[in-house]
Amino acid sequence: MILLDRVSKTYSKAMGPSLDRISLHVEPKEFVIVVGQSGAGKTTLLRLLTREERPTSGKIIIGGIDYDKLKDRDIPLLRRKIGVVFQDFKLLPNKTVFENVAFALEIVGMGKREINHTVPKVLDIVNLRGKENNMPMQLSGGERQRVAIARAIVRQPRILIADEPTGNLDPKHAWDVIKVLEKINRYGTTVLLTTHNAEIVNKLKRRVVTLEHGKVASDRAGGRYSVDDDKAKK
Amino acid sequence: MIMKRKFITFGRILHAGVVNFIRNASLAIAAIAVMVITLTIVLVSVVTNATLTNTIDDISSKIDVSVFLNDTTTTEQGEQLTNQLSKLPNVDSVTYLNKEEALKRYIDQNANNQTLATAASLADNPIPATIIIKPRELNKIQDIKNFLTTKDVAVLQTKGSPSYSGDRQKAIENISHAADILQRIGIAGIIVFAIVSALIIFNTIQMAIFNRRDEIKIMRLLGASNWFIRGPYVVESAIYGILSAIISILIINSAFVASSNALQASSLGLLDINYASRYFADHFVEFLLFQLTVGILIGTASSLIATRRYLKFKTK
Repeated sequence: MILLDRVSKTYSKAMGPSLDRISLHVEPKEFVIVVGQSGAGKTTLLRLLTREERPTSGKIIIGGIDYDKLKDRDIPLLRRKIGVVFQDFKLLPNKTVFENVAFALEIVGMGKREINHTVPKVLDIVNLRGKENNMPMQLSGGERQRVAIARAIVRQPRILIADEPTGNLDPKHAWDVIKVLEKINRYGTTVLLTTHNAEIVNKLKRRVVTLEHGKVASDRAGGRYSVDDDKAKK
Repeated sequence: MIMKRKFITFGRILHAGVVNFIRNASLAIAAIAVMVITLTIVLVSVVTNATLTNTIDDISSKIDVSVFLNDTTTTEQGEQLTNQLSKLPNVDSVTYLNKEEALKRYIDQNANNQTLATAASLADNPIPATIIIKPRELNKIQDIKNFLTTKDVAVLQTKGSPSYSGDRQKAIENISHAADILQRIGIAGIIVFAIVSALIIFNTIQMAIFNRRDEIKIMRLLGASNWFIRGPYVVESAIYGILSAIISILIINSAFVASSNALQASSLGLLDINYASRYFADHFVEFLLFQLTVGILIGTASSLIATRRYLKFKTK
């Protein structure tokens, strides 16, 4: 489903590569957690997958789409197939909760009746019933995060990329969000999750890919959180 | 299904464009004001040009060249010359009048002046046979002149021949020259104002986009197509064009109404206001469509350029 072959990304030569010959293969319906310190290359990796950036070298194929052969005008079509939950939510500030989620469907030309039918269901999944008419400004961090998730999953993408979705949440709400991701994964969506939260990683017992200095330091099924500070304890 | 989705999307783009327009009303006023000026200048130039052309045509049709033939010239020679003249490129029509017909024409022309008329009819017909040439274009009258003064042709004519009806030719040449200059000024004005208004609309749209650049980024990340993002801005500036066209037409229309009320102003020097007014009224629908087309073109073109750089994908 996701295939990276020796992918490197260098923003500026002085800083060195942000990603250094990363190879990664994710099967359909897999749930993969990417961990790593700030600056390890997690966000760069995600920006490459959404084609916000192009790799300096290497090959990326997602859902059968070869990024080298992807034409500019087809980039929107690619992005419609991937649901993304951004670290900073990226909600539209002038739209209500309902409109934010509906917007993802308007983009693909879905009719009003279908939208009115679909959006409440998704808001149910993320426990935001009753907040439909609130503006993002009126919501707590956790609620905004869930709006972002609702927006990412409302088109039923085959791949869901979640960049630190629990970063701003207290443990209870963080776990709610993770449960939503697991639920979506059970429905057959490939999930790529990046996180700092050791507890979540250890509890999930899923495949864990650890990035260090732009390289894959470890890649284990049923893995545990093992970034530098953990090693220091040993 | 795909058609239906496209239709829904098109509807959404239109709707978003109208909403944008209302939200940006303050910015829109500047853009519309300049566009109104542009369109008004364009249309006024068109009407002025048509009026001037009409005036010149009007005067030109009264101009002719008269060739007076010697009494010794035979009718055959006269008709042959007529034939030759009609083959010249700049000749519109040629009429041959024998002595009797020429006399009759002279008397008709001088019907007001009894003395002259009776003097001419009393004597032994002093009026020579005449060929009347109507030229096509005034500025090219020289060709005819050259032909008539060639030696073979000159011998057939009387001393005062050919005669260029009155000394009006010089005046007419001046008028055409002035009209020419006015036309050029008009075209230069149109170009300058079209560029200025395109720039202002361009800036207006760019400002609107700048205010919403984060939103555009998000829309793009969610997979909105370029047209879904750009469409509303294009619609917005097309609305500028439509409103400007209507306002401009109304301004010109009321100017004509006002001038026709003021009887004194029925002619401004060369400009026959009555003709201009009639011309405008006759072509009202065409002019409205023309204004709409130009307005929409300027609006959409500038918004397309303004949105372009926000819609590029990273290539490195």
